[in-house]
Amino acid sequence: MSLTAKDKDTVRAFWTKVSGKSAEIGSDALSRMLVVYPQTKTYFSHWKDLSPGSEPVKKHGKSVMGGVADAVTKIDDLNAGLLTLSELHAFTLRVDPANFKILSHNILVVMAIMYPKDFTPEVHVAMDKFLAALSRALAEKYR
Amino acid sequence: MVEWTDFERATIQDIFSKMDYEVVGPAALSRCLIVYPWTQRYFGNFGNLYNAAAIMGNPMVAKHGTTILHGLERGVKNMDNIKETYAELSVLHSDKLHVDPDNFKLLSDCLTIVVAAQLGKAFTGEVQAAFQKFMAVVVSSLGRQYH
Repeated sequence: MSLTAKDKDTVRAFWTKVSGKSAEIGSDALSRMLVVYPQTKTYFSHWKDLSPGSEPVKKHGKSVMGGVADAVTKIDDLNAGLLTLSELHAFTLRVDPANFKILSHNILVVMAIMYPKDFTPEVHVAMDKFLAALSRALAEKYR
Repeated sequence: MVEWTDFERATIQDIFSKMDYEVVGPAALSRCLIVYPWTQRYFGNFGNLYNAAAIMGNPMVAKHGTTILHGLERGVKNMDNIKETYAELSVLHSDKLHVDPDNFKLLSDCLTIVVAAQLGKAFTGEVQAAFQKFMAVVVSSLGRQYH
């Protein structure tokens, strides 16, 4: 299920529209994930405050979306582009890759909330494929 | 048996009471057929599903989307008895329709996104958790009678 040229164009165009609010998207998606999928909190036991919109959540949401933004620019070769991030997640963070799907879902939910008219089914499928490809690239170095 | 908090019960009742089934149903089903195109395998007799525009304009898709929402309403009205409520439909989906139960989750995810777009900021994390819990119970019940 690789990204077609049309998918890449759709992702790039939608990203241009939403990138200004990427920190907010990241913060909301992460907040939602911690509430809706409480098992994900296990990765953040070192944070003082896991409540929605807290400082650590906002800061980390911004980091995550920074990674997504980077991935958009490297959409033609995500495996190469995300090599360092993959090594980080594989050897240092060791986040179970099932959680990439969970966070991706919440990113899509936030996009639907913030951009109800623009998040059409066509944009939805392109973004879902992109986040899935991103997740695969992130899991590349795990084993 | 599933334990529901007062908040969860109230949230589910509220969401469905305010929902226009004839808008949300078709939107969710057509989104599912577009985002997860392999789900089209179950709708061979629905005519033109060739592209997103065709799917979104297809009257059989719209009708079936509405039917599905009415089916969900049964669970909303019987939250303490969801397993029994869907036993017959589970048998139907298994023995007659031969639907892979993994598809129920795909449709559920699309419905979540449609509801999120409708409710906007009102679809808070807590509301999302309640909605997804309800959908997970329904999905599980629909897969329960497969053998």
